[in-house]
Amino acid sequence: MLRVVGATSAEELYAQMIPDHLLFKGQMDLPEALPAEHDLKKHVAEILSKNRTCSDTLSFLGGGCWNHFVPQVCDEIAHRSEFLTAYTGGYYSDLGRFQANWEFQSLICELVGMEVSGIPTYDWGSAAGNAVRMASRLTGRREVLVPAGMSPARLSVIANFCNPTEMPGAIKIKKIAYDKEMGTLDLTDLRKKINSKSACVYFENPGYLGVIEDQGEEIAEIAHNAGAEVVVGVDPISLGVLSPPSEYGADIVCGEVQPLGVHMTAGGGLAGFISSRDEERYVAEYPLRLVSVTNTVKEGEYAFGQAKYERTSYMAREKAKDWVGTTTALHGIIAAVYMSLLGPEGMREVGEAILQKSHYAAGKLEEIKRVETDFPSFFKEFPLNIAATGKKVAQVNRTLLKRGIFGGKDISREFPELGQSALTCVTEVHSKADIDRFAEELEAILK
Amino acid sequence: MTDPKVRPYHATVWSELLIHELGREGERGVIIPAVEDEIRKSVGKPESLVPKKMRRKIKPGLPELSQPQVLRHWLHLSQMTLGMEGDIDLGVGTCTMKYSPKVNEELAAMINGVHPDQPEESMQGLLELVWRFGNVYLKEISGMDAFTFQPPGGSAGAFNNAAIMRKYHELNGELKQRDEIITTIFSHPCDAACPATAGFKVITLYPDEETGHPSVDALKAAVSERTAGIFVTNPEDTGIFNEHIDEWTGIVHEAGGLCAYDQANLNSLMGVTRAREAGFDMSFFNLHKTFSSPHGSSGPGSGAVGVIKELEELLPIPIIVKRGEKYHLDYDRPKSIGRVRDFLGNLQVVVRSYAWAVAMGADGLREAAEVSMINNQYLSEKMKEVPGVTKPYGGKRLDQVRWSLEKLKKDTGCGINDVNRRVIDYGVQSFFTSHHPWIVVEPFTPEPCETYSKADIDYWVAVLKRVCEEAYENPKTLKEAPHNSSIHMVNAAPFDDPKKWAMSWRAYRRKMK
Repeated sequence: MLRVVGATSAEELYAQMIPDHLLFKGQMDLPEALPAEHDLKKHVAEILSKNRTCSDTLSFLGGGCWNHFVPQVCDEIAHRSEFLTAYTGGYYSDLGRFQANWEFQSLICELVGMEVSGIPTYDWGSAAGNAVRMASRLTGRREVLVPAGMSPARLSVIANFCNPTEMPGAIKIKKIAYDKEMGTLDLTDLRKKINSKSACVYFENPGYLGVIEDQGEEIAEIAHNAGAEVVVGVDPISLGVLSPPSEYGADIVCGEVQPLGVHMTAGGGLAGFISSRDEERYVAEYPLRLVSVTNTVKEGEYAFGQAKYERTSYMAREKAKDWVGTTTALHGIIAAVYMSLLGPEGMREVGEAILQKSHYAAGKLEEIKRVETDFPSFFKEFPLNIAATGKKVAQVNRTLLKRGIFGGKDISREFPELGQSALTCVTEVHSKADIDRFAEELEAILK
Repeated sequence: MTDPKVRPYHATVWSELLIHELGREGERGVIIPAVEDEIRKSVGKPESLVPKKMRRKIKPGLPELSQPQVLRHWLHLSQMTLGMEGDIDLGVGTCTMKYSPKVNEELAAMINGVHPDQPEESMQGLLELVWRFGNVYLKEISGMDAFTFQPPGGSAGAFNNAAIMRKYHELNGELKQRDEIITTIFSHPCDAACPATAGFKVITLYPDEETGHPSVDALKAAVSERTAGIFVTNPEDTGIFNEHIDEWTGIVHEAGGLCAYDQANLNSLMGVTRAREAGFDMSFFNLHKTFSSPHGSSGPGSGAVGVIKELEELLPIPIIVKRGEKYHLDYDRPKSIGRVRDFLGNLQVVVRSYAWAVAMGADGLREAAEVSMINNQYLSEKMKEVPGVTKPYGGKRLDQVRWSLEKLKKDTGCGINDVNRRVIDYGVQSFFTSHHPWIVVEPFTPEPCETYSKADIDYWVAVLKRVCEEAYENPKTLKEAPHNSSIHMVNAAPFDDPKKWAMSWRAYRRKMK
């Protein structure tokens, strides 16, 4: 090949393109290579086997990344070479990928009760950030109201989308207090803070603290009366049992795809979706790639392609609706497989299992002296308050770890007003024996 | 040297139905873990646990299928996806469609069950691996000092860097004044879109007709006391290396701005030239390109970011730090930009890239760069045999070339879109054209990275040559293509028609009725 190009070495060619003073001289200082698969596997496995996982340790961690069961068929499809390695092929050569993307949209739309969605973005926080910016552009307003009880990490992602206040296009974030008894949004505070500058009210179902927000209709009415959009973030695994946001006034829905068959992978399993009604003005504001179905010259053939593509940053650069890039298409495909495996009854059953097991756990844990849960109406997660025992969550979790248990996430710094609380997550994967064991160990530690 | 014989191909045709058209009521693909009777008795009916207003009344309209049916449907869809591994995918330039060793999938799966909020002591292995990939490998390759893997894609890396720039000027009390970002038109669109989303005005520099990149004078004219920084790729999408790049970064620094390098693709530069010596303050690296993690049908990827020491404290939280032999997650960083994504990023992608880099070592990484560069020189020579193809701008290119079919279009009426519909008839993935606007007319951008052999390149060129010859002999063949695809000519009209587009089954059903 060098002969064909008329050169004797790579150095000679590089020297024709890169100035000498920018060339890296000598060899990079890196560990010895392990080109043999066997040696490499041994090396990496040795490092990674130092980890514990939620398979070998009983885990009650959630808070934005959750331990749910992953059907084998999800893994099977996730490992298909075609889906795993495809990228930007066209809608003929990658027809199946386009249909898979479209079916993700179709299936998630059934859960949330909307008609438009796109290829998912990075995570719930990014989806919420995009949704808030969509609402701001739709209304021409620059304030967003968010629940004070939301995940501080997710809020930080949104804040980066909203820009620092000293920038001209910044969107100001205002927090709405939550009801101390119920954990739901404090409507008095909402009414006080909403005004003609409010682009949207953002709330979640269930929220970060697990609370089921049952005032959706009232919130939507307050928001709409003020000319603001209603953006609702959801955990879609709840939607076999919880009302879809479309039924209580949501204009834009967003949320996290990971619970639907995607492994946690240390948080690498996340994917955020956005959904809305099929109105042109909403569609025009999406940053995501939106796949539409169409037909071909041959009767009866389905085909797919990207709708209103000129909105995207690939076409419009800085004039685009935010930006789009390589996001989480594979996680969307996995979630589509999950939804098609479960169907409506499976989604109801998994939701019911989570409700029953998490409520059983809350009840069981509350039997421990001076331990209480903060809010009565929740799905999957609840803050477990041990303040009255005089112990600290961090210290208790360290002891639990020694006994093979990951206790709930310590939220005493995120929510000091909840005292020493652990955000405790119970899903369909927990058995009664798991929950009872946790309660016993915790009781012994708190004695 | 004779051309390899172009072999016949036909894509899989399943005429697959939509999933909503499959199955029947009562079918199920998977059973949910059991809820024990004691639990049922103890908590009562599940609906009693949901506030009345929030109980779902109408079942979601999901299809009902048995497990074999579900599997069959999704297998059919995968089989109607050419993907990357099944063909010679060197036409998708800027994307570095390199092979991802299969062993890395198994290694990545080792962290499937890890929760990101596990106690540090229970994930020392993962923290060590991620730390080593940044602080040993990327550090040596780029010369940057500190790393984050939170940005979950290349564009997210660019956004992360825009947020760092924002924070830097905010801390210096200059954010109000410094509201402009400079980029170049042949840099990826994210280098314009992400700073814009982050609140900056964007100035775009256009290439000099001769050199193919903007001149030093063009940059000087754009820089002012309002400059927050620059976002550029080098080599740009054209494959042209801006040999004045250190002068560029010097000019921007002189004006008080920062320099962000888009190294989404640094494939031809590993061990050859580094971000640090070029004067950059930060850079992002697409681990799903240069570092071999598979593209996943468009993610999950990783836009790993490296910054110079002076910017380390602005990185998103948490940062993995090593103290003694232990690895910690440091959240206590008051000057941090906060977060650009929840948790630590797509760490399964980092595991794969680490494994790839370890397998390669210093010599292997340099060799990959050299082979990708030499492959591109060889492809450029071979391209001379293809009628209708021209190479805008002079000079040698590193990893890729943005070619033009302007001549073919003029001579035959067939442009890149026609060629792209025809090459797939030979089992070759359609090419990446160019981001918009199309400065190069009728563009396409192949990138023959180190994955592809001489025989692969020869075959790929033979296919392109055949297609271009067809354009001269009988343009109708291209105009009516594809002929051997899973489907026939697509009706694209609905994609921009609000009355006809349908982004879901629900919308489709409503509109078709």
